[in-house]
Amino acid sequence: MDAFTTHTGTAVPLRRSNVDTDQIIPAVWLKQVSRTGFERGLFAAWREDPAFVLNDATYDGASILVSGPDFGTGSSREHAVWALQQYGFRVVIAARFGDIFRNNSTKMGLLPVVLPGDKVEALQDAIEAAPDLQVTVDLGARQVRWAGESVGFEIDDYTRWRLMEGLDDIGLTLRHAEDVAAYENGRQPWLPTTV
Amino acid sequence: MGRTLAEKVWEQHVVRRAEGEPDLLYIDLHLIHEVTSPQAFDGLRLAGRTVRRPDLTIATEDHNVPTVRGPIADPVSKAQVETLRKNAAEFGLRLHPMGDAGQGVVHIIGPQFGLTQPGMTIVCGDSHTSTHGAFGGIAFGIGTSEVEHVLATQTLPAYRPKTMAIEVAGELPAGVTAKDLILAIIAKIGTGGGQGYIVEYRGEAVRKLSMEGRMTVCNMSIEAGARAGMIAPDETTFAYLKGRPHAPSGEAWDQAVAYWETLRTDDDAVFDKVVEIDAASLAPYVTWGTNPGQGLPLTETVPDPDSFADPTAKSSAQRALEYMGLTAGTPLREIEVDTVFMGSCTNGRIEDLRAAAEILRGRQVRTRTLVVPGSMLVKLQAEQEGLHEVFKAAGAEWREAGCSMCLGMNPDTLQPGERSASTSNRNFEGRQGKGGRTHLVSPQVAAATAVTGRLTAPADL
Repeated sequence: MDAFTTHTGTAVPLRRSNVDTDQIIPAVWLKQVSRTGFERGLFAAWREDPAFVLNDATYDGASILVSGPDFGTGSSREHAVWALQQYGFRVVIAARFGDIFRNNSTKMGLLPVVLPGDKVEALQDAIEAAPDLQVTVDLGARQVRWAGESVGFEIDDYTRWRLMEGLDDIGLTLRHAEDVAAYENGRQPWLPTTV
Repeated sequence: MGRTLAEKVWEQHVVRRAEGEPDLLYIDLHLIHEVTSPQAFDGLRLAGRTVRRPDLTIATEDHNVPTVRGPIADPVSKAQVETLRKNAAEFGLRLHPMGDAGQGVVHIIGPQFGLTQPGMTIVCGDSHTSTHGAFGGIAFGIGTSEVEHVLATQTLPAYRPKTMAIEVAGELPAGVTAKDLILAIIAKIGTGGGQGYIVEYRGEAVRKLSMEGRMTVCNMSIEAGARAGMIAPDETTFAYLKGRPHAPSGEAWDQAVAYWETLRTDDDAVFDKVVEIDAASLAPYVTWGTNPGQGLPLTETVPDPDSFADPTAKSSAQRALEYMGLTAGTPLREIEVDTVFMGSCTNGRIEDLRAAAEILRGRQVRTRTLVVPGSMLVKLQAEQEGLHEVFKAAGAEWREAGCSMCLGMNPDTLQPGERSASTSNRNFEGRQGKGGRTHLVSPQVAAATAVTGRLTAPADL
């Protein structure tokens, strides 16, 4: 995973709520067994509409997606995160995220930022007024900044540290292999095995 | 202070706890399917890691499989299924492939083998893992990075979610099912209402549900945004488990039951949030929109977007009506459907098929009707009971087990603009095929709808 410290870029406003992961990447794209090429499937159905915001050349090159509430609900597909990253997004800002999507994002280094709904809308308004607006997402300071505005966001210390260091969760857990082995010795004897 | 059921199960599984870090949680059972696992196995290979506990892992093929006999025609689907077979062989995992008597939808096979038991932690790269919470464990969906983590370590780092009680007082009226109950709950609390919580379903109406009904309710917890849903184990749970292949037996059974009986929320425990539902007020439900929270009793009309005070809900409703091709004010019972789908991890169990067959017995369907058992064992049981003959005589298609039309990854899909009544769990845009329009219903409403060709409750027949 690439480390995430601070990121500055342009942003794109997605004025929709309940952006479920079936919309972010439709199921037909999940048949791939590799981890690459998912950018072509990002919002595949919505992108067929010429009026869809990602088809607006004004926002080409944007790396921050600013969405309505309940982004990433539904299916657990991590392909949604891969598709957003491979398309070029580093950050998604919304008032609320689906739990599994949010978890998946932090495993991959895509930063999900929760801002209050009115701040999300203010940012969307600002982007629409000036599509070249530079937005800074500062994980160290836990702040989103644009055009003189500065809004704080919450993220737990551990996830923040892991993202800023770009650390692999599995490597961290394997440091505690002895604890896992000790736990296994005490498991209830009737618990099932699949063999 | 007492503890909730969720807290008890969580604490039992903490491997390591340190200040300022998530708990390291032990995972008792890891379910695998072909869609969300290939990149996880690649990750293991790249890092030179192995599967820590193949004996706590089980795999099946479900999302891509066709539900008519024969090989997979789509080369991409076929490659994904073959990748799972190679990975299972390489890492020594039990796999139930297509054609095997144990094959089926991943959330149907765990309980049917008795692998899903009270007090366990269960994960799967699939959001409907919440189904298994019906037995009183903590079960939740994970992404592919976490699948790799569990394969490598049999643990997951996680913060304990908050706890929510959904108290369903009173009895469900006749003709109102577990599916109607959960659709009503989601309509009440919204698709984000459970976000950050483990929900415990409680109260008289929940206690009276069968295990199949409890699984239907817990299955759709994710549609309310909850991390997991659970129901305290009781005699219904124990009776379902007893004698299943992986359930404890003899002395171990008695030991297990003694422990399982402690798995209930203490009287003085406090939930972070409590939601109350009056069971007697419920009726058969149907969704009209494009998220599972957009549901109403079948006797209602398509809502007017202007009736929503919240601007986000209003614009969401406007967009949904446009996608669904519906007009505000239309009675829901006048909506005509092209296809009826009965199956999925939500409603593909034997009890669901019995209920649907009961309604179709001696009647004819007017629409394309797919009946897809959730597993090969469900199919076998249904055939032993003669249900397949009832479905076939009514003009419905009796299929092989799989996820089928719950999601557009296999040949069972809607065409653009087609409308379905579906016993599955998601009415998202394009979920059942690009441009398809989905109304979520119970198996009973699905069967009655197949008979009339429009959304219908059995009582209306």
